Amino acid sequence: MKYVDEAVVEKRMKARIRNNSILKFIFLLSTLFGLVVLAVLLIRVFSQGIAWLDWDFITGRLSTDPDRAGILGAILGTSWLMLVVIPVTLFIGVGTAIYLELYAKPGRFQNFIATNISNLAGVPSIVYGLLGLTIFVRALEFGNVVLAGGLTLSLLVLPIVIVAAQEAIRAVPQFLSEASYGMGATKWQTVKKIILPAALPGILTGSILALSRAIGETAPLTVIGIPALLIPFPGSFFDTFTALPMQIYYWTLDASLVSEYAYLAAATIIVLLVLLFLLNSVAIFIRNKFQQRY
Amino acid sequence: MSQKIKVKLNDQAIKSSDQQEDKRAVFETNQLNLWYTDTHALKDINLSIKEKEVTAVIGPSGCGKSTYIKTLNRMVELVPGVRTTGEIKYKNRNILDRNFRVEDLRTQVGMVFQKPNPFPKSIYENIAYGPKIHGIKNKKILDEIVEKSLRGAYIWDEVKDRLNENAYGLSGGQQQRLCIARCLAVEPGVILMDEPTSALDPKSTLRIEELVQELREDYSIVIVTHNMQQAARISDRTAFFLNGEVVEFDETDKIFTNPKDSRTEDYISGRFG
Repeated sequence: MKYVDEAVVEKRMKARIRNNSILKFIFLLSTLFGLVVLAVLLIRVFSQGIAWLDWDFITGRLSTDPDRAGILGAILGTSWLMLVVIPVTLFIGVGTAIYLELYAKPGRFQNFIATNISNLAGVPSIVYGLLGLTIFVRALEFGNVVLAGGLTLSLLVLPIVIVAAQEAIRAVPQFLSEASYGMGATKWQTVKKIILPAALPGILTGSILALSRAIGETAPLTVIGIPALLIPFPGSFFDTFTALPMQIYYWTLDASLVSEYAYLAAATIIVLLVLLFLLNSVAIFIRNKFQQRY
Repeated sequence: MSQKIKVKLNDQAIKSSDQQEDKRAVFETNQLNLWYTDTHALKDINLSIKEKEVTAVIGPSGCGKSTYIKTLNRMVELVPGVRTTGEIKYKNRNILDRNFRVEDLRTQVGMVFQKPNPFPKSIYENIAYGPKIHGIKNKKILDEIVEKSLRGAYIWDEVKDRLNENAYGLSGGQQQRLCIARCLAVEPGVILMDEPTSALDPKSTLRIEELVQELREDYSIVIVTHNMQQAARISDRTAFFLNGEVVEFDETDKIFTNPKDSRTEDYISGRFG
């Protein structure tokens, strides 16, 4: 006796093929949803902002007069923030990942830390703002300066960098480190010469994506207290500053008072998007350049 | 003059009286037991591995042969939850002693792995890696080591014109000989080989076997193999492992022509495994 009845198979075939087509369509719609939203966003931002975006806007100082307002201060502020965030997150993030993946003995303690790092990655950014306000601005008395903002943003993205670096390190094949240990190399020599070079593309890609997030964060900076109108440019880690997302936030907030502010905000968004795009390109470039084959 | 002759005669006398005893042991394994967490993987192992010989370790899968040779350079410690008792003496020092630095041990006891595992670097850098980690920086000396090691592994002629190319451009067999050359570059006394030909085609396998024959002049070699013909072809002594125990350990000829244990006979005649 045959278990597979050809008549039944034939009868059901039509429905099976139809289901397949329907689901394919649903998945296509899901993909298009994201694309359409992104397109609408870009079209709106560009149609509002592109007319206001010129060299004077990029290199100008902040002003209440929309025609004279520029965002060089915010660009510099964001750059200064990155000067804090990049070294702090790379050093602490990669260091933590190396310790957890390569030095720490597997056990409850390591599990506990790893789980909590993942949890921290999900903590809302405004909570980090409060933490930064309590520790850096008040307890350590930095005030609302670049260093306080940068460290707060570092705390925010550290969990992401750690997890990305951990995954990159874990993806390095064991046979490479075994070959190194097998010749009498110490753990650190193996980490430095074999594991880190192989993990570098992954670590850098993850880190740059995390930095992109830090660049766009507004909430923690609002909590720290960034002045709405700041004329002098920041010149050191201990100067007050403003940043691109803050500028967008304040201009949008005041758009009911001066309608042109909405266009200025849109133009600033374009600058921020271009910056993010550049950072992501760097990530892709690095990944391709340092990709090793084995 | 007469004394010299006397010594020589004496030497010969010893050699002819018992050729095997003349060779010094590099590894003396005494009552070695090893557990992976709860699994008792090696049971009361007693083996003596002689200098400048090829010792083959054979046995069915999961019998502990790889575990055993990985204990000889303590690579087995990379597996979490490993415990050992007993001792392995290398040049009269117990390598399982906590105070024995694994870095020292692995400098003197090199390893070739089952799957060729060159570094994703140039051929030159692969060979220079070992000397570099041991502090040799002089470019001229490194050049010499690279050439000597590649010649030692009989791959120099194939790669001398492309030393700066990535090692992964080589064929599998070439990669494995490169890994042997990389091992030689640290100038170890012992080379452990964990099924070095199991991922290779027959022709590459033959080349590695020939290479092992050449290397036995200068190195003590322990080779794990699944291939009994290989063990018979290239080794001086053979240890037969079964379920974590050494069933029989003797000269290869005796093991393959006249095994004492019926289980050895069953295995080498292909009745199981």
